[in-house]
Amino acid sequence: MRLTQGQFSFLPDLTDEEITRQVQYALDQGWAVAVEFTDDPHPRNSYWTMWGNPMFDLRDAKGVMMEIDACRVAHPEQYVKVLAFDSSQGFETVRMSFLINRPAEEPGFELLRSEGPGRRIGYTVRSYATGRPAGQRYGGETRHGP
Amino acid sequence: MSGVADLPDLETRDRPSDAPSIDLDALYRESGIGGMLAGMDRDLVGLRPVKTRIREIAALLLVERARRSIGLRAEPPSLHMCFTGNPGTGKTSVARRMAGLLHGLGYIRRDHVVGVTRDDLVGQYIGHTAPKTKEVLKRAMGGVLFIDEAYYLYRPENERDYGLEAIEILLQVMEDNRDDLVVILAGYRDRMEVFFRSNPGMASRIAHHVDFPDYEAEELLEIARLMTAGMQYRLAPEAERAMADYILRRMAQPRFANARSIRNALDRARLRQANRLFEARGSAIAAADLLTIAEEDIRQSRVFTQ
Repeated sequence: MRLTQGQFSFLPDLTDEEITRQVQYALDQGWAVAVEFTDDPHPRNSYWTMWGNPMFDLRDAKGVMMEIDACRVAHPEQYVKVLAFDSSQGFETVRMSFLINRPAEEPGFELLRSEGPGRRIGYTVRSYATGRPAGQRYGGETRHGP
Repeated sequence: MSGVADLPDLETRDRPSDAPSIDLDALYRESGIGGMLAGMDRDLVGLRPVKTRIREIAALLLVERARRSIGLRAEPPSLHMCFTGNPGTGKTSVARRMAGLLHGLGYIRRDHVVGVTRDDLVGQYIGHTAPKTKEVLKRAMGGVLFIDEAYYLYRPENERDYGLEAIEILLQVMEDNRDDLVVILAGYRDRMEVFFRSNPGMASRIAHHVDFPDYEAEELLEIARLMTAGMQYRLAPEAERAMADYILRRMAQPRFANARSIRNALDRARLRQANRLFEARGSAIAAADLLTIAEEDIRQSRVFTQ
């Protein structure tokens, strides 16, 4: 099952050139671009691991692309995303976020039902991948930081 | 011989079917280099060899662009440079202009210069240098990285110095990211030569060695004129003569730093002018007085009494 989180996720995966142009757009707006990765694709998992610090003082997308490449090489079998943080007053939040790398095999999610009092049913989803310990989920080892 | 043998092959392979003519002049006009080169001639006094080299580079890039437009192979030339010269000969000013020029020619993507020295590249403990250097390189990507006093990167007297690590990373990026980054090293000539002798890899990756000559006395006077105009001051005619005297005397003294010495002299002249006006504050001051640096402001310099 193909994970659809963030921008552009219903489009084919972005090429490097397309990523460069998106990143350049973010930099041109004065946003800080960061790279993060995870092997826990649950939609409510907002705490992805940071790949180095957010890049605050870049002007050209090439610098970000170097970090993106390094992160993808280190974690070829994990989800990697790029986000752009707008620090201007009134926003102070992430303005862009999109996936740039995904595992070759994405097992998808299981729908869990639990029956409560009065036959009430509670639903939740669980990623098949997270059945295994972190670091072994998509094959390959986890390494933190550049 | 092989060149002759290759020719027919080249003709059939690389030449486009119809041979269009190229309007170099149109390319020249649309790139806006004309204006930039004229601005350089106007704002930078003297520096003939430097200007010649910049013109050559501009011509090369323009021709490369023309070649590409008709489908000929055009390898992006290596444009890493080394500026050598005495203090105050305009190395930094030219480097700042270089970014605008290369950007106008479409060689680099952004019109920015990141100026750094050893402290920005070399770390203080093991493992600190590589991230620090990479951080700077990331910031400079797409533009010009200007490394002032580059010879400090290499300290032969300390074999455990981390400078070498920075040099290695720099070399690799200069090679791999040639179309993303132009590196300009600057420094005094003799020390740069020592630096290159001990780092042959660096010397061979730098295609353009530009030497900045010292200024002549007339050129320095012209610089003084430009500087005063830039600060919205005016040299009175006698003050200009005093300035010419000052320059001749100052050039003979030790620690003369070309245009930088002139700037310092003008700053001190402004100080004396302000003091003179302040002393005479009882009477009204004309607007022209605020503008004008008088002869006495310059003649009071220590240079004339020594």
